[in-house]
Amino acid sequence: MDRLTEYLFPKQVSSFAHDIDNLFYFIFYASIVLFLIVVIGMVYLAIKYRFKKGDDIRLTSSLDHNNTLEAMFFIIPLILVMITFVWGIKSYLDMITVPDGAIEIQVKGQKWAWIYDYPEGQNTMNELVVPMDTPIKVILSSTDVLHSFYIPVMRAKMDVLPNRYNVMWFDANQPGEYPIFCTEYCGTSHSGMIGKLTVLPKKAYEIWLAEAGSADDDLPLEELGEKLYTKKACNTCHTLDGTALVGPSYLETSQMWGQERVLDNGSSVVVDENYIRSSMLEPQTQIVAGYQNVMPTYQGLLNDRELDALIAFLKTLKEDSQI
Amino acid sequence: MSHDKSSPDHLYHHFYDVDQQYETSKLGMWAFILTEVLTFGGLFVAYTIYRAWHPDMFFNANLLLDVNKGLINTIVLIASSLTMALAIWAIQLNKRKLSLLMLFITFLCALGFLGIKYVEYEHKFHLGQLPGEYYSYMGPEVVQQIHDQEKIDSYIASNNIFFDKETNRLYTMNNPHIFFSIYFIMTGLHGLHVAIGMGLIAWLMVLTARGRLHAGYYTHMEAVGIFWHLVDLIWIFLFPLFYLIG
Amino acid sequence: MSGTNQNYLTHPKGIMSWLLTLDHKRIGLMYLFGGLFFFFIGGLLALGMRYALATPEADFVTNDQYNSMYTLHGAIMIFLFIIPAIPGALGNILLPLMLGAKDVAFPRLNLASFYLYTIGAIFFIYVMISGGVDTGWTFYTPYSTESHTNVMGTTMGVFIIGFSSILTGLNFIATVHKMRTPGLTWYKLPLFVWALYGTSLVQITATPVIAITMVLLMLERLLGIGIFDPALGGDPVLFQHFFWFYSHPAVYIMILPAFGIISEIIPVHSRKKVWGYKFIAYSTLSIAFIGFLVWGHHMFTSGQSVLSQIIFSFITYFVGIPTGVKIFSWMLTMYRGQVSFTPPMLYALSFLFLFTIGGLTGIFLGAVALDIHLHDTYFVVAHFHYVMQGGTIVAFLGGLHHWWPKSFGKMYNQTIANICAIGVFIGFNGTFFPQFLLGLRGMPRRYATYDALGSEELVAQYAATHGSSTFFSGILGLSIFIGVMNLLWSLRKSNKLDPGTNPWGALTMEWTHTTSPPHPHNFEEEPVLEHGPYDYDKVIVQPTLKK
Repeated sequence: MDRLTEYLFPKQVSSFAHDIDNLFYFIFYASIVLFLIVVIGMVYLAIKYRFKKGDDIRLTSSLDHNNTLEAMFFIIPLILVMITFVWGIKSYLDMITVPDGAIEIQVKGQKWAWIYDYPEGQNTMNELVVPMDTPIKVILSSTDVLHSFYIPVMRAKMDVLPNRYNVMWFDANQPGEYPIFCTEYCGTSHSGMIGKLTVLPKKAYEIWLAEAGSADDDLPLEELGEKLYTKKACNTCHTLDGTALVGPSYLETSQMWGQERVLDNGSSVVVDENYIRSSMLEPQTQIVAGYQNVMPTYQGLLNDRELDALIAFLKTLKEDSQI
Repeated sequence: MSHDKSSPDHLYHHFYDVDQQYETSKLGMWAFILTEVLTFGGLFVAYTIYRAWHPDMFFNANLLLDVNKGLINTIVLIASSLTMALAIWAIQLNKRKLSLLMLFITFLCALGFLGIKYVEYEHKFHLGQLPGEYYSYMGPEVVQQIHDQEKIDSYIASNNIFFDKETNRLYTMNNPHIFFSIYFIMTGLHGLHVAIGMGLIAWLMVLTARGRLHAGYYTHMEAVGIFWHLVDLIWIFLFPLFYLIG
Repeated sequence: MSGTNQNYLTHPKGIMSWLLTLDHKRIGLMYLFGGLFFFFIGGLLALGMRYALATPEADFVTNDQYNSMYTLHGAIMIFLFIIPAIPGALGNILLPLMLGAKDVAFPRLNLASFYLYTIGAIFFIYVMISGGVDTGWTFYTPYSTESHTNVMGTTMGVFIIGFSSILTGLNFIATVHKMRTPGLTWYKLPLFVWALYGTSLVQITATPVIAITMVLLMLERLLGIGIFDPALGGDPVLFQHFFWFYSHPAVYIMILPAFGIISEIIPVHSRKKVWGYKFIAYSTLSIAFIGFLVWGHHMFTSGQSVLSQIIFSFITYFVGIPTGVKIFSWMLTMYRGQVSFTPPMLYALSFLFLFTIGGLTGIFLGAVALDIHLHDTYFVVAHFHYVMQGGTIVAFLGGLHHWWPKSFGKMYNQTIANICAIGVFIGFNGTFFPQFLLGLRGMPRRYATYDALGSEELVAQYAATHGSSTFFSGILGLSIFIGVMNLLWSLRKSNKLDPGTNPWGALTMEWTHTTSPPHPHNFEEEPVLEHGPYDYDKVIVQPTLKK
């Protein structure tokens, strides 16, 4: 069973994952029995009563019902599905009852990244860090379209809506890094809206929490920028190799440094530090020709040093490509 | 397989007899009515949900509608339903001229209904009581009384408030544009049905005048009659739901 | 049975006699070829998607192109092929024949509904050439109110095709009620007629709701009415309720006719009275009714109230029970029969296999706690393909092979047809069974790429499974293509059957009372009912296949 589970499912990390997988196995084995009855019955009857070459066409049996048999077809599946129904609801109620003492984390979905706000004021993008063996309550909302917050290892999923809060909870019983998917279609880079769940032992979490926000201060600007490029989900829309995704590639922008760039309203702007800065903080004001106005603002998500770091990182790309 | 010479020329080739043809048409019409009811049903559900969410807003916005015009329209439409029924009764007795007259009155009633509706819409367009994004009504009376217009505008906009001159009261409004969206969609779709009904009634008048419809064959009139009663019935629901809230 | 050689294909002649025809058989054929054309387009899009997903990166198409492909694949397959194909094509051709009627109740309405379908199809073609649409066939707001792609064209197309569907349903209801030949009582109707009747009831009651929803969505885009758009005080979840109130019953619009076809094929090719006639007939109606009460099971993760979750989950299981008993009835029909492995029968048997999997996997999704994990993953994709393709399309292909000689008076190469039927079966399972595994492992649907999941191991695992799915999809596509080509090849001039031909020895009226292809007015003389549709215990009709 464990090997089968390992093959079929992602790891069981939440406390309710095991129960849900067991519900799966119950339906699975019951279904196999029903399935085999149908398929074996079908193959057996088709072969046993096949029309052979040389057979005469004859009148066949007028038998066309059997009340006992039909009652059984009705009652046995009914019992099975009622067990399934009750089990499904019971497990569901466990899944939605948030235990006391849960840590509340605000999760904001936006095209195409997740933003997490911790109770002590820290915030992260795409990477959600939680302590082990502690219930985590996430309060979900969206700044634009529908998203859905899905952590396969937790067997937990909840839609993220723009006009109301949805709540979901989970706990983690083993440390590690696990993917978080968006499962409600949300546009071009829906499949790039991938978050990372990092489960840390409680001590390590405390340390991380204390350092979050102040960490990376000692890194040189370029290296910090490179780190932020993935950490702040810039990579979802901007490549480093020149291919255009939702937004222009950083490489292209870097190669145009000091030159004029044409905007969608026909005007043009010189690519320099101020242009990059305003493109991050007020992205809707300057749209490069040929692209859509979809970038969310990073106001409040990047501090001044981080803005400097990203600009510094972008500038290095041009030199790298010339080598 | 073709019918023999004695069968009437209004019998289509694929029916056995006139009765079968009549029954089939009537059943088809009722099935269509069911479809219509469900079309409006979807909108009634939307109405119910938003009214449950914003009961105060619906009450306040309903005060902006003109009950008298709505009431006149209700009477006009009920009268037209009666004349429609009389037209069918007359054709059953082969009183073709009477039937034609009744159809004409029905047609006039429908025209009157749309005319009154036009006046109502016109007034709302003028005031900016429009659906959705185009809604701009903020109680212009307030602006007339106090001259610092910008201040008033921003106050009203930020507080979702409007001023009703007749009751001399300020009302809070939360999402009033949704009320008008639903109002315009439902009465608009109903109005479209009235217009289509007018076309059908005109067609009936032509058929009757040419003598194509008579006591032996009046399926078209029966079918349009069913449709017209439905249009009337829908309005009878719409009127209290929009004009008589509270 | 022979007599004059007049048949509806050749009489009258001329292109206008087809375009303005009021003959239900000709209208059915036009639906058939329209449907097959869009089946081809939708199939190409599907193969393109499978090819794109064979590798994790976006190396074949860009994200936007992929999103447009999956949207168009879904919308075209559902609105232009599956929904109209069985009622519009096979239903139109067969319903009056099975009732002993000269035509459907309202022939002009029938033609109008075909032209509405054509106009809707033109909208879809316009959407395709104007850059596609990327909202998914579900058009969830607020994405659909702000997408820059051609949402207007698509919703307009759906709206118009909706009316085509309503008119067909209305026509069939009046036909079944009033056009039956004297003596043909309800319990003597072929089960395909019961299935079409149930379908029509759903069509006229559910479709108006999608029509009005599409209107509201268009107005939302045009005027910003604020019903669904949260930025204007609207509620996107309300859209989901509206949408699924239609689209869940639409599942039964798609599958009930398939049930009808299977209920015809199995008794004929087993030469045996159908098992549990009344049960199959009534379960069709009860499925049609219960289908209206379960739409909320598409929204288990949307945050609806706990009570709704419980109620929708509970009712969902009650759709499953009658469906399950139907499967047992079809299986038991073969008991003490004479089963021939003809192409239609092979399709029917593979329907039983595939649809059983489709139905059973629905039980997993009906359990709320488990659905939370599986919702919007490939498990759902696999489930509904087992139902829609493994069920409806396989049954459609079976029905097409069953009634092909009836409709055209030509017989296809049965060996090739059998090989294709087996190819469809293998290709289908190979394509979609791996997708259950993908879903269990958490792969979300509607992903253009899966190269950046943060775990190389996971990417490799997904890629291997997607790879085998893509490989088998090639077999599936090829089998269907050759199968349809085999049918079309039979239409060549030299390949004519005797008009009295009844290759399967079937007892329903369209085989016993008219020629193949049928007379322009269906029956040369008023049909007289001598036996029930499945009286293989009382009557022997020798199968005939003469040139």
